[in-house]
Amino acid sequence: MEEKKTHRDRPWLMRTYSGHSSARASNELYRTNLGRGQTGLSVAFDLPTQTGYDSDHPLARGEVGKVGVPIDHIGDMEALFHQIPLEQMNTSMTINATAPWLLALYIAVAEQQGVDPKSLQGTTQNDVLKEYLSRGTYIFPPGPSVRLTTDLITYTVQHIPKWNPTNICSYHLQEAGATPTQELAYALSSASAILDAVRASGQIPADRFQDVVGRISFFVNAGIRFVEETCKMRAFCALWDELTRSRYGVQDSKKRRFRYGVQVNSLGLTESQPENNVQRIVLEMLAVTLSKNARARAIQLPAWNEALGLPRPWDQQWALRMQQVLALETDLLEYGDLLDGSPVIQTKVDELVAGARKEIAEIEVRGGMVACIESGYVKRELVQSHTRRLRAIETGELSIVGVNCFRESAQSPLTAGDESGILTVDATVEQSQVSALLAFRAERSQQRVDNALIALRGAAESGLNIMPPSIDCARAGVTTGEWSDQLRQVFGEYRAPTGVDISKAAAPEASEIASLRARVQRTGEELGRPLRLLIGKPGLDGHSNGAEQIAVKGRDAGFEIVYEGIRLTPAQIARAAQEEGAHLIGLSILSGSHLELVEAIHHELDRIGAADVPLVIGGIIPQADAEKLKSKGLKAVFTPKDVDMNVIMDQMVTIIREANGLQPAA
Amino acid sequence: MSQPETMTIDTLARLILQRDRAALARALNLLDDRRAAARARAKELLELLQLAPNRVSGHLVGITGPPGVGKSTLSAALIQVWRRRNQHVGVLAVDPSSPVSGGALLGDRLRLQAAGDDDGVFIRSLSSRGHYGGLSAEVWPMAVLMHSAFDIVLIETVGVGQREIDISRLCDTTCFVAQPGSGDSIQSLKAGILEVPHILVVNKSDMGDIAVRAQSELESALVGDQSNARWAVPVLTTSATLGEGISDLADSIEKHHFFLSKEQLLAARRRECQAYWIVCRLREEFGEQGIERLGGHAKLTSELRSSQSSLFEQHDALRQRVM
Repeated sequence: MEEKKTHRDRPWLMRTYSGHSSARASNELYRTNLGRGQTGLSVAFDLPTQTGYDSDHPLARGEVGKVGVPIDHIGDMEALFHQIPLEQMNTSMTINATAPWLLALYIAVAEQQGVDPKSLQGTTQNDVLKEYLSRGTYIFPPGPSVRLTTDLITYTVQHIPKWNPTNICSYHLQEAGATPTQELAYALSSASAILDAVRASGQIPADRFQDVVGRISFFVNAGIRFVEETCKMRAFCALWDELTRSRYGVQDSKKRRFRYGVQVNSLGLTESQPENNVQRIVLEMLAVTLSKNARARAIQLPAWNEALGLPRPWDQQWALRMQQVLALETDLLEYGDLLDGSPVIQTKVDELVAGARKEIAEIEVRGGMVACIESGYVKRELVQSHTRRLRAIETGELSIVGVNCFRESAQSPLTAGDESGILTVDATVEQSQVSALLAFRAERSQQRVDNALIALRGAAESGLNIMPPSIDCARAGVTTGEWSDQLRQVFGEYRAPTGVDISKAAAPEASEIASLRARVQRTGEELGRPLRLLIGKPGLDGHSNGAEQIAVKGRDAGFEIVYEGIRLTPAQIARAAQEEGAHLIGLSILSGSHLELVEAIHHELDRIGAADVPLVIGGIIPQADAEKLKSKGLKAVFTPKDVDMNVIMDQMVTIIREANGLQPAA
Repeated sequence: MSQPETMTIDTLARLILQRDRAALARALNLLDDRRAAARARAKELLELLQLAPNRVSGHLVGITGPPGVGKSTLSAALIQVWRRRNQHVGVLAVDPSSPVSGGALLGDRLRLQAAGDDDGVFIRSLSSRGHYGGLSAEVWPMAVLMHSAFDIVLIETVGVGQREIDISRLCDTTCFVAQPGSGDSIQSLKAGILEVPHILVVNKSDMGDIAVRAQSELESALVGDQSNARWAVPVLTTSATLGEGISDLADSIEKHHFFLSKEQLLAARRRECQAYWIVCRLREEFGEQGIERLGGHAKLTSELRSSQSSLFEQHDALRQRVM
């Protein structure tokens, strides 16, 4: 037995993406998690906070405290970090369109705690470009969004040197269907779009520009094909090193290092036999830890039950324990890079690098990442890739255990019990958040608020850095909605291309589509006109993959599809269904606000005299809620368990037949 | 919508003239319905509407141009100008359909940019359903219907080269939107492929020099073509995203309407459109032979022009004659 103590590398930062209900409840959760050995915080904000609405805004209805914590003003931010010393904390905030605002609140709270903002450490995601492609929490058009991103970067580089001002995300691109090559190309093209904008802003002297480059970090996804994913990470490192040197002339090799955090893949997590997600998550974690030279700086793992609903604290603890076992029990951190010199790995890395270079050049030719987002090019490419993936699952070419093979299963004890294995947010959360907000507004000095907002607007119009007046707004008691509204008035609001207008034959089809198409056509003939399906995404949730794929599949099955993108109000959906003569409305909701939104849409349809249009829903809908919705007249509930879209479409035809007095089974 | 129709056609017509949204939606579904019983009801409805004494003397406006030129954003901006001028607007937006499945993706961003929650705007999407010219057969009957309820009926359609013709035959005023920097439309205009529209628009004037160049090229392409016309085709520039030039465009459209009324061309123009639509349908169903059997294209058209009957009545009568 040797006595010498083996050298171990320091483990990565371990976080859990969390936040729900209220600032106070989330604060309790954070303190518990830190007590259990978590080493950093990762704040999840609710959708109104992410899209710039106060909790009492009509669009916030049903969304408050659902997918994260609601932060309306400095009082909420204070409560969120109560008894958490900010100078010792490393806080990651998943915030984009309103990132300057949430950072301003964080700085103002630090001041209150007596902490020098210079010492703050953490990350603002601050990557709006990917929001136009996936996730959908953008507010302003791309031009002004890039400007806000740039302002935050230049401010922190000068005033909060240890802050990571932006996390360029390839994570969400993979969730939207990106192949590894696309992930590499689009993330790196986004990074250069941002860096180019920073350089062009003239806010940073040329000799300090490499400090900016050194602060850019990435947020990456790791899927189940973990060998390829490992190679992807190595390709990222190589390409970033090359790009920062050639495009930005960065001499210091440390500042060319590809620094990244990870959340492993949620797209591949299944609702069927959800316990299998545990091994998926662990294998995916290997992809971003195996090679020392391309290892993640920070990792957060999803919970095993994400496809079922909101995870409970215990589920999150389990995810944290997976990291701890890998970092502390195994010998992984005792070795140098395990994969250096492997010809197999090198070949794959080279292949990915070459593919990414080609796609990066294509984007360059098309005018850069911003132009490619505005024209819909990137979005269409992603929708196409995702369609290909889903077709591969349908045809069985891609195996998913428990989903398209080995479906027989014993009853899982994990999902038994009263709460069915998920967290339910208390319905009174929204009401108490709103009353607290009203009280806060009543108590502050309106004069001070007005002055701060005038200064904010002035900066937005003149091009001065947005951060200093935002910090003043935070101190003055401005709310999230007020801050965002000022900027909405200056910059306008934006609707991104939906990308569903891809051409046909993106992928080989399963044979079922032919009979489905015939049935769609026959039913259309029986009803006198082609079948029309309105796909609606109500509420603030911008996860549009499902809606997009149903749109593409529906079109290919012969439906006339009306799909107008994300963030529609119940009134807009009802109105469109009526004007367009829809035979069926299909809703897609993943934020947990389905009960409220479906009720509101029923009400609107009733009000305008269109109550006879049948309604179905797809999304993350817990079983108990599904029953509730059906009892109120909803015709069908589709969840991630329903992977075969031909079957979903077929069921929709049956519902249309039934609603119109035709023989349902025919 | 789905239940057997219980409402009388009289009631439906009356509600449409009052711009009742549910009735409009129901009637558009009816016009789309190919079953015999529906067709009979549709015929009755159009007759009531076309012969109604108090019908609005509205304006049928067509907007066409190549894909990606910004037609939807431009239409949305125009609709907002019209709404500010207190005009009610009905829109028919035509999108291409898939030749394989017959399916189509419709709508997209127009409704949200244009209407919001405004009851003064009603938007119906249509797929081209494989018809020549990119317009489905339902466009004209639906335009006639909407025309009974709205001050302005806007028909938006994708048009490339030859395909732009159809829309210009079914509108009072046709606006063609050109893309700066692409010579295609200018070439087809010069070559006489593209029927001269009433208004030419160069959108994306924010692109600067190339937009100005496109404007002057279009202007010069028009010279010589307008010698004997009493309407001088204007070439306008707009930026739909920045909202520039939209009021001028609305003014030009109104001016053309005024011109048609003043010259007493409007009623004739509508009969012309109706005749065109009927001849197209007959040709589709019976081929050239059918047209010949009705006395040939010239005779048929002039017969249709002078007739005062309603759309489906004329169409059905001619079908009977062929058969």
